[in-house]
Amino acid sequence: MYNDTVLEHFRNPRNAGDIDNPSGVGEVGNAACGDIMRIAIEVEDDRIVDVKFKTFGCGAAIASSSMATEMVKGKTIDEALQITNKQVVEALGGLPKPKIHCSVLAEEALHLAIKDYKEKHSA
Amino acid sequence: MIYLDHAATTALKPEVLDEMLPYFTERYGNASTIYSLGREARKGLDAARARVAAAINASPDEIIFTGSGTEADNQALNCALALEKKGKHIITSAIEHHAVLHAAEGLKKRGFKVTLLPVDEYGLVSPDALEKAMTDETALVSIMMANNEVGTIEPIAELAKVAKARGAAFHTDAVQAVGSIPVDVKALGVDMLSLSAHKFYGPKGVGALYVRKGFRVAPFVLGGAQEKNKRAGTENIAGIVGLGKAIELATGDLEARSQRILAMRDALIEGVITKFTGSTLNGHRTKRLPGNVNISFPYVESESLLIHLDFEGIMASSGSACTSGSLEPSHVLMAMGATHEQAQGSLRMTLGDENVDGDIVKTIEALGPIYEKLKAMSPLYQKGGKTLV
Ligand SMILES: Cc1ncc(COP(=O)(O)O)c(C=O)c1O
Ligand code: FES
Repeated sequence: MYNDTVLEHFRNPRNAGDIDNPSGVGEVGNAACGDIMRIAIEVEDDRIVDVKFKTFGCGAAIASSSMATEMVKGKTIDEALQITNKQVVEALGGLPKPKIHCSVLAEEALHLAIKDYKEKHSA
Repeated sequence: MIYLDHAATTALKPEVLDEMLPYFTERYGNASTIYSLGREARKGLDAARARVAAAINASPDEIIFTGSGTEADNQALNCALALEKKGKHIITSAIEHHAVLHAAEGLKKRGFKVTLLPVDEYGLVSPDALEKAMTDETALVSIMMANNEVGTIEPIAELAKVAKARGAAFHTDAVQAVGSIPVDVKALGVDMLSLSAHKFYGPKGVGALYVRKGFRVAPFVLGGAQEKNKRAGTENIAGIVGLGKAIELATGDLEARSQRILAMRDALIEGVITKFTGSTLNGHRTKRLPGNVNISFPYVESESLLIHLDFEGIMASSGSACTSGSLEPSHVLMAMGATHEQAQGSLRMTLGDENVDGDIVKTIEALGPIYEKLKAMSPLYQKGGKTLV
């Protein structure tokens, strides 16, 4: 049901873990399935220098977390905000239809983490 | 490869295949014809019917062959339409297979009232609860003999007695039971019972409905006069012959087979529960199918466990295979009062004839690093046992 890219990211997830004192954290729950994803970012000069995720979810959710965090690493926060779940799915070479929503978790968690950083930063 | 998904389906036994093969080739006749080729097919059909009957203590004319366990369930539930004079109410349970639940939904659309009996934390349906739910309008009661997800064995004889006392027909879905535990239709006192060949090392796409003599079953698939007008369609002779052989094998040495499998089941349950802190057994400890293990792992989702196990060559399942395309947590575990997290983290491992003790050891070993890895990745788990959210 999952393609090789998805399975590879699932098996060897990039950026799984936590950041001590992160610049921003976003945590979202999926109402449809009850799954949870948390993304933490470390930002220097408006650039994401480190990013980590933790996911309680299905294979698609873990692979999406892995891919999304890879995609934003090194990007400025404005560039990172442009990244959509559609791009994550494309980078993964597609997801089964009922699993598309799992990639939305990654987009939302990331955007929340950036929002959290911005709020902390402007304060 | 370690196959731990016998509740989903089983591998065809070579002896079963051997008996089936001639009916694909030289004995291809239509059993409804009168020449020798047709008579040969008829003979195969009759012999299979006798074997199925003997296996469940029925007589041959009480067996109707169907295209699957699902079809047998549908035919049984649709009998309610013919019992309308009694009333437009049926009772079933919250943990039935979708073959029954969705057929019940169909009856609802045709004006029936459907009561879903709740279950306790072990997945047991209570005869008292059935008694209370019965009304003068209750035409049919359908409760499964053993649950496909958690393996709980229901008190069918008692439940059937309650239904019969109020003049309602009683059906049991014994798809998971036949070939795993003793099934005697007379001792159970049921009017109808469904079974399916591929759950006991027979072919897929063939099942049977037992119908007690004197109970008027309504046809479900309409057409020709096959199966005494109770199930139309040219018979799947090879499949039916396979069902007959498979049920004879599975019930012939049931005691020895199930003792061996039950010992492995208990070793797997004990091994996992002891090794993984917080893991819990779903279902009943003893009123349980000999091959069923269903365990919830805290902090992780079962799909992730399954994919990792697959990388290790171990095939298991989460809940039922039929619902793996959906996001809903198992309706069975939810009915048993499981939390969302428990339901999401449930792993079903169902054992069968080709498993050996070494499979249990290897599975428990493989689960160790897999569970650690997923736990470390879970936002619900914090090292030191502190949980978030
Ligand atoms: C309890 C139960 N009922 C019905 C079925 C459906 O049987 P079949 O696969 O033959 O349609 C199954 C298995 O899939 C089952 O486990
Ligand atoms: S994240 Fe819940 S099903 Fe994928």
